Amino acid sequence: MPILTIRGLNKFWDTAHVVRDLELETREGEFIALLGPSGCGKSTTLRLIAGLEEASSGEILLDGRDIAALPSAKRGISMVFQSYALFPHLTVGENITFGLSVRGESRKVQAEKLARVAPLLGLQALLDRRPSQLSGGQQQRVALGRALIAESPICLLDEPLSNLDASLRAEMRNEIRSLQRRLGITMIFVTHDQTEAMSMADRVALLREGRIEQFDTPEMLYSRPASTFVARFIGAPAMNVIEAAVFDACGMNVPRSSLVGLRPEDLYPVERGLPGRVVQIEYFGADSILSVDLGVTQCAVRLQGRPSTEIGTTLHLGWDADAFHLFDAETGLRQDITVPQPKWTELQPA
Amino acid sequence: MKVSRNFIISMFLLFPAAVLLIAFTFYPTVATLIDSFFSTPRGRRPAAFVGLGNFERMAADPVFHRAFFNNLIYAAVTIPVSMGLALAMALLVNSRIKGRGFVRLAYFTPTILPMIAVANIWMFFYAPDYGLIDQFLGLFGLGGTNWLGQSGTALWALIAITIWKLAGFFMIFYLAALQQIPPSLLEAATLEGANYLQRLRRVVLPLLMPTTLFILINAVIEAFRLVDHVIALTRGGPNNSTQLLLHYIYQVAFNFWDTAYAAALSVVLLSILALIALIQFGFLDKRIHYR
Repeated sequence: MPILTIRGLNKFWDTAHVVRDLELETREGEFIALLGPSGCGKSTTLRLIAGLEEASSGEILLDGRDIAALPSAKRGISMVFQSYALFPHLTVGENITFGLSVRGESRKVQAEKLARVAPLLGLQALLDRRPSQLSGGQQQRVALGRALIAESPICLLDEPLSNLDASLRAEMRNEIRSLQRRLGITMIFVTHDQTEAMSMADRVALLREGRIEQFDTPEMLYSRPASTFVARFIGAPAMNVIEAAVFDACGMNVPRSSLVGLRPEDLYPVERGLPGRVVQIEYFGADSILSVDLGVTQCAVRLQGRPSTEIGTTLHLGWDADAFHLFDAETGLRQDITVPQPKWTELQPA
Repeated sequence: MKVSRNFIISMFLLFPAAVLLIAFTFYPTVATLIDSFFSTPRGRRPAAFVGLGNFERMAADPVFHRAFFNNLIYAAVTIPVSMGLALAMALLVNSRIKGRGFVRLAYFTPTILPMIAVANIWMFFYAPDYGLIDQFLGLFGLGGTNWLGQSGTALWALIAITIWKLAGFFMIFYLAALQQIPPSLLEAATLEGANYLQRLRRVVLPLLMPTTLFILINAVIEAFRLVDHVIALTRGGPNNSTQLLLHYIYQVAFNFWDTAYAAALSVVLLSILALIALIQFGFLDKRIHYR
């Protein structure tokens, strides 16, 4: 059963159309990532759901009731801000129970709920400290605690990990994910980091210029990108998007109205395949990224370890049939037509 | 002993400021304290040590009592009212209203004007019958009040001028502090269910506390320091109803040339201010959260 449904959501800033006809549906207990480059409207979308901005048009249904016109406090939504937005003059405990306190809950109830939430986040020993005496990770936990104590059905997180250093980020990634699973709350989080989105989310909504480009599981986003934009956004390095004419060189007849998508990790050297000249090799230890010049364009190839190939040599590239993606050259949308693939196995040395 | 080069240079650099401070602050303070225990020198009679004589005289001086009491009322009204107004105005001009820039400027204008000019403007407001206030009240048949000329209203008329002058000045500090509060804090409070008054009481005011202490100290000093309008408008009258401590000191020293008594009065004023400052820092500072 969907817990949050967004229909036809639009937001204008003066004349700028920042959220365009957004449609989104999340099930209970799902972990959703809003992913996209900066300026794609993902943070605005989150603020529209929270009620911190007013939608220009559209419906936001939470558990079946339309909350789009309600003030943010009445929506039953909690939020973790990018800067954590902790009250500097209050202790950790007071910060977490702030919402309960302004809503007039008794001190007894506040203390009980605090005693339940604090251990979840390992904050028991820090309750009397002030935010300025905490590390970034601890502040993050306090912000989470304040969001969780209200027991709202949905928790929004705005770039929750962007203020942490790399090692802490990995730790908090796991922690937030396991907390979400354990408590079974629905979480929607905004990020511009595809690794965060891919590794944490059940489903990822990839936004571009205020529209959802694709809303799917990380696996589908990776293996069946809906457009060249998705193909280029997911994966590091990004999927190679190559003109059809290039494939004449290996005897393939690709329709000229199409673009071909091939992931760097799906390409491997064969004896006779798509020829190209190696122009650069970047060695990363476990793998290397080769830049191969295909004539009109370059493509990236990921190979295990350090390849024996040297710069300037010609490399023949092959791929498996299911690694071959086709997109419309005009619209950039995925095409589900099959093109007969060469048989690399016959060409490979015995 | 070898004196380091750095020491010589640092002394040299401190010298100009030290000379100014000693000549115009520390020496006069100490001299005033010493003078307060002596009699006023006259012609052929030099100053003689009189111990606490000047202070005993003060205890029996009805004008001093009046000035002290007036100053208490003056401070007790101008400080909270001007600070409250300043906060209200700052909250107003910090919100999204039309003509925000104009309103900010309008509120700040009294601060830019010299107090003497302000006093002259208000003299026309307060003038009986043809003054602005009486002309307005005349529409309702209430004219003919000599606001500055009768003991019942004169002090309050001066209090109104002071509040008008100071509120805009204090507003600037509050406005600057309000703009330092990250909007996300208020958004978080809103999301947690706090209404406007709860946000104000639980988030905004505590975060403004350092500014409030700063303004409070300034307001106390102003309440005892600002007497330009007394000199320009009433000279302490009628019947000492607008007599304030500093103005009384000025009169005793430069109208009556009783410098020893004026020194004793100054010592009392200084002690009052020092005591208030100590209380403010001692009590409030511990309760304030500094970012």
